[in-house]
Amino acid sequence: MLRYIVTRTGSLCLSLLVASVVIFALIEVVPGDPVAFMLGLNAQPDTVAALREELGLNASVLERYFSWVFGLLQGDLGTSYTYRSPVSEIVAERLVISLPLAAYALALTILIAFPAGILPAAYRGRAADVAVMGGTQLGVAIPNFWFAMIMVMIFAINLRWFSAGGFPGWEAGFFPAMKALTLPAIALALPQASILARVMRSALLDTLGSDYIRTARAKGLTKGQALRRHALRNALIPVLTILGLQFSFLLAGAIIIENVFFLPGLGRLIFQAISQRDLIVVESVVMLLVFAVIFVNFIVDLAYAWVDPRLRVQT
Amino acid sequence: MRNLILGFALTALFLIGAALSFLWTPYDHTVLEVTNKLKPPTLAHPFGTDQLGRDILSMIMVGARTSIAVAIVAVGIGIGLGVPLGLAAAASRGSWIDEVIMRGNDLIFAFPSLLIAIMITAVFGPSAVNAIIAIGIFNIPVFARVTRGAALSIWQQDYILAARVAGKGTMRISVEHILPNIANLLIVQGTIQFSLGILAEAALSYVGLGAQPPVPSWGRMLADSQTLFMIAPHITLFPGCAIVLTVLGLNLAGDGLRDLLDPRIRRAGL
Repeated sequence: MLRYIVTRTGSLCLSLLVASVVIFALIEVVPGDPVAFMLGLNAQPDTVAALREELGLNASVLERYFSWVFGLLQGDLGTSYTYRSPVSEIVAERLVISLPLAAYALALTILIAFPAGILPAAYRGRAADVAVMGGTQLGVAIPNFWFAMIMVMIFAINLRWFSAGGFPGWEAGFFPAMKALTLPAIALALPQASILARVMRSALLDTLGSDYIRTARAKGLTKGQALRRHALRNALIPVLTILGLQFSFLLAGAIIIENVFFLPGLGRLIFQAISQRDLIVVESVVMLLVFAVIFVNFIVDLAYAWVDPRLRVQT
Repeated sequence: MRNLILGFALTALFLIGAALSFLWTPYDHTVLEVTNKLKPPTLAHPFGTDQLGRDILSMIMVGARTSIAVAIVAVGIGIGLGVPLGLAAAASRGSWIDEVIMRGNDLIFAFPSLLIAIMITAVFGPSAVNAIIAIGIFNIPVFARVTRGAALSIWQQDYILAARVAGKGTMRISVEHILPNIANLLIVQGTIQFSLGILAEAALSYVGLGAQPPVPSWGRMLADSQTLFMIAPHITLFPGCAIVLTVLGLNLAGDGLRDLLDPRIRRAGL
């Protein structure tokens, strides 16, 4: 296990290194002069010079890269050009919305996907199977931002159960805040739950066909008992893998969904930063999100190496 | 089989609509008729008109071209680069070439694709071309992985050994024997990536990072409708349904094709 952890940690570091180089290159090297990009065409020369000085652009590319990375390692994400405050503070303000939203959506994904995957596997070929699988086909095909708009139309405008957007803040209380996140979380969760349910079903059908299930049945277990006690556990490995990958979709999806519901989270921050050409914010927030995704996948890898000792051998 | 037919029918509807738009649309999608704005569906305008009085059916037909163009080229990038990489990795299995290609793949996979696509379009400016590149990059590892996996099993076959004995080189075997045998799989994967490409293009143009006006695109039609769909739901419903039906059609066609081309999977019932 230790060897596995060491190799995986090595590839985690490599991924982060490459990610930081790619993001740095895209943001600070490719557009030419970032200051000209940020200030636009009509910038005064002295403004340009001042901003160059402020951003430390007079240093060489390598120096800039290392100072950015070392800053990141110490939790210093740089200073926003438009907000005139440390990016880490802005990010912290936004995270209290984006993180609960992603977690809420993840919980909903699991809550929907497990029954929706187990039921069709247990009643394969019957009406329940066909109906749930048809539903998941539709769930995969619906763009989540459009689904969000439809939900706003039904639940916010017609039924008035939820507000159409905005966030009251956590100081308004836990339930009002969660209520504001409910429609966004459902919109995020639906496509992911559909994918996960399909994976769950096929993984279960795979394990249900294996010899140890036949043995379990021969020993007198009912189909339901065999499914619960043996098949489900083994089917969890592919489900866990996909769930880990889905975290990245939830994060990236949140960027778009936050725009639909006018939630002041990280996604809104990125788009505001893009339109204001605040490259420092874009760079640091993207790096932060990429780090979160790579790190979650790393944890998932370790988790199922722990669940399934066979995976530790083949690195 | 039923799925396959339904999938093909929906896909055909979408392709025909797009092709027809080159020759004929009910109205000119560039003509603004503000006196006729936000009209609900009527016989004259079956899908109604938008906030500028443009015919929504015509815009959806022309918008289909944008979706197809972006998704097809993005899949082309994936196949064009991913398949050769996958073939090379399989042919040199276990060597450093294989290792470098596969680790590179893992790296791209680890990135949240939409996020990077947003960053690319943010830096290079929003346009359909940048959307294509952003979506295409993430198709490369998908095709490389599928190709490598399938090619590895073909390399074990006796007829490959025979080809080797006949003096054919690795490259020639890859192209002449491996590629034709994995083509089915690539078609199926291509269909799936095509539908994902349409969704990704819609998402990018919804946030304003895809095709720019006046080129119509389904995602931007939805974005434009966002402030108005409370008073005129049809301007949201029709473009959204166009996306859903197209993606559904391609997914059903992909699943159906896979079952048809590989009977072994039919039993597992994925």
